[in-house]
Amino acid sequence: MAKELIKGNVAIVKGALLAGCEAYFGYPITPASEIAEYASLLFPKLGRVFIQAESEIAAINMIYGASGAGARCMTASSGPGLSLKQEGISYCAGAELPCVIADIMRGGPGLGNIGPEQGDYNQIVKGGGHGNYRVIVLAPNSGQEMCDLTMLGFELADKWRSPVILLADGFTGQMMEQVDFPEEPVRSTRKSWALYADRESKHNLITSIYLSHADLEAHNIKLQKKYARIEQEEVRFEELNCSDADVVMIAYGITSRICRTTMENAREQGLKIGLFRPRTLFPFPSQRIAELGQHIKFFLTVECSNGQMLHDVRLALNGTCPVEFYGRMGGEVPSAEEIFGVLTRLLKS
Amino acid sequence: MEYQVLLEKPKSFYQNYPRKAGNIEVTHYCPGCGHGVAHKYIAEALDRLDLQDRTVLISPVGCSVFAYYYFDVGNEQAAHGRAPALATGVKRALPNSIVISYQGDGDLAAIGTAEIIHAANRGEQITVIFINNAIYGMTGGQMAPTTLEGQKTSTSPLGRNPANEGFPIRMAELLATLEAPVYVERVSLHDVKNRNKARQAIYKALKCQKDRKGFSMVEILSQCPTGWKMDPPESLKWVAEKMVSYFPLGVKVDRIDESEPVTRPEQIWDPEVIIRNLGLVTLDIRQRADRSAIAEIHRNPRFKIAGFGGQGVLTMGIILAACGMIEDYNVAWLPSYGPEMRGGTAHCHVTISSKPIGSPLVSSSTVCIAMNKPSQEKFEKELVPGGLLIRNTSMIDVPPARTDIDVVSIPAAEMATEIGSLKVQNMVILGAYLEKSKLIHPETLEMVLKGMLKKAALLDMNMKALEAGREHVRKNA
Ligand SMILES: Cc1ncc(C[n+]2csc(CCOP(=O)(O)OP(=O)(O)O)c2C)c(N)n1
Ligand code: SF4
Repeated sequence: MAKELIKGNVAIVKGALLAGCEAYFGYPITPASEIAEYASLLFPKLGRVFIQAESEIAAINMIYGASGAGARCMTASSGPGLSLKQEGISYCAGAELPCVIADIMRGGPGLGNIGPEQGDYNQIVKGGGHGNYRVIVLAPNSGQEMCDLTMLGFELADKWRSPVILLADGFTGQMMEQVDFPEEPVRSTRKSWALYADRESKHNLITSIYLSHADLEAHNIKLQKKYARIEQEEVRFEELNCSDADVVMIAYGITSRICRTTMENAREQGLKIGLFRPRTLFPFPSQRIAELGQHIKFFLTVECSNGQMLHDVRLALNGTCPVEFYGRMGGEVPSAEEIFGVLTRLLKS
Repeated sequence: MEYQVLLEKPKSFYQNYPRKAGNIEVTHYCPGCGHGVAHKYIAEALDRLDLQDRTVLISPVGCSVFAYYYFDVGNEQAAHGRAPALATGVKRALPNSIVISYQGDGDLAAIGTAEIIHAANRGEQITVIFINNAIYGMTGGQMAPTTLEGQKTSTSPLGRNPANEGFPIRMAELLATLEAPVYVERVSLHDVKNRNKARQAIYKALKCQKDRKGFSMVEILSQCPTGWKMDPPESLKWVAEKMVSYFPLGVKVDRIDESEPVTRPEQIWDPEVIIRNLGLVTLDIRQRADRSAIAEIHRNPRFKIAGFGGQGVLTMGIILAACGMIEDYNVAWLPSYGPEMRGGTAHCHVTISSKPIGSPLVSSSTVCIAMNKPSQEKFEKELVPGGLLIRNTSMIDVPPARTDIDVVSIPAAEMATEIGSLKVQNMVILGAYLEKSKLIHPETLEMVLKGMLKKAALLDMNMKALEAGREHVRKNA
């Protein structure tokens, strides 16, 4: 297998092309810009489309157009850009258009800063746009997963006719790690519902409008059923040392990597600490978290935010097991030692 | 009964409108509305140019939101103002399609101003049909960016006042200032003569697209009897008397004849070509260095490398990580990024480990490389007891504060200058580290450098710097 020392952001671009992505529409923003930069270099080399749009709003609407025309397509940005894309994401969800969107989170609110943060959880996982929709959210924590989950994202997007958002952070985007790349590029096949500017596909209508209330309710019910199936079939997570743990840390993305070191150090000292890492944030691994809650003293949710995933953890447990929280914000990232300190304090109290 | 067909409904229309609920024989437009007329000219032109099956029509938000009820072509429905962006997406994905962005004045000239200007400026090969009726029809007659001075609407009840609302926008003229549009014309629907011109303009715009000539737009002054609170004949008179004098009719740009047809590149799907263009290669990954010769403190190292921007701090980290990967370790390199780096300081975290790497953030380092004084002061604190500090004494004039660590002091900048360039000071340091740690086999390093430096002279200088660093450690051991 081909191997490369590569930035997470660049691994996304290569993963996208290996997954048969045909078009990239984007707008620069730190810490996601390498995605647009490498896409502008690599997409044209393969006869694929690259456009630097006039705004994130335009970019996501180009996605709507291209996805409706059957193309695998993607865009990427960071918090401020994702806020602008929310309009289009709602339309894509309504019209059931597949696409992959990467959010390389930075510090907020407002312009905030360009440090790594996880403060977009709510707007991405809960849906920042209008209407009763969900999107599939994947949470990579390594260079390898920046490639793998991008590729998986295209598959899931087509399978479920849904936007898929890759929720990563500034560190996972900027970090270089060794990545194994598959050497069999994928090419998507013709979609029965898409427009190809030919007679066969002419009557496929791409719209989010259902004028009659009854029709729109039926459409919404259909969407909810789809989301329920996604919750049944697409949950993904990683468990480390959870089987005998007294305490389980829950974290995603860069925070999960730091917690891993905390856990390894704690284990060396004889503390039974485990780590649970959601790889999908929607669907959220609620069931597994609830199961783990039956055997442990408490969970410690660690996020680079004010505690956003925390609410999903609490919902999953529904009061059956205590949940503690530790978070940093503003681009500050906790160190492994810092989290260890929190753990030992909590264990003593 | 024998009869002769004089006027046939264009084939590009559905014969009746099953997508429309209720009466499927008639459109949803008000009597006397200009939208229906514009629709007819588009359908006729598609028939004449034999484009029906290749066409994708983008319906906007506005009274024409349901244009897809009527056109028997491919249809996408857009968010308010975004039709040109959708059109861009469709056209780029399907270069052989004929894409029409159909928009009202609120849609195109207010909320979608950015999208139309940039689609035009990119020279997207689409056709925009712009219905200028000086009002927001759909939402009940509010002011539009094209509402005339003094015109009363439900949000300009005293008449549009330029001091508060500005002046009506002339979009055709505005787009005509751009270099890319190939054809822009303004027409009107107020009488038979002008309707014929409108019909011809729409045909010409679509033919322009069929011939791959580039961006075309027809702005149509169109009556909205309902929004203007007039009967249809009155509304036609109002267009003729009021609108035409502010929005001059005619061709604003016509570069069709001198424009070359534009073709888009073919997609490449040959796996080999894809792999090659992505630069994916299978590397010869294996342990080369003798791992048993590595002292405990140097196994699975965690580095903090810091200095001024321009001292090659980030590159040194990448080289270390790349060497680690080639020697079959897991590696992580995490830079400081963003404005911090402009002219200021730079640092990176590097982890090389035989086990999967948890935190890529190095908070307790086993190796600290300080290229300047502030870096030594800031980062020596993080070293574990017994850790290694490598200090570039060309830039550091204070001794380390720690006494429980191993220290290599090396005037890397001076040595590099002697070798030929200050730029290789990072290689001097790297050489010193490798001699000290034995972590990486020299062959591995040479492989990595050869991959990064294509110029022989540069490679040679870098190798010399490495050797100088090595030599320094050997001598001072
Ligand atoms: C984001 C958003 N803002 C506002 C609206 C409400 N809205 C629907 S149609 C319309 C005005 C359309 O006017 P115009 O483009 O002139 O078309 P017309 O109806 O006159 O043909 C507005 C403001 C909307 N649908 N979406
Ligand atoms: S409101 Fe105006 S633009 Fe809308 S359908 Fe009626 S006449 Fe036409």
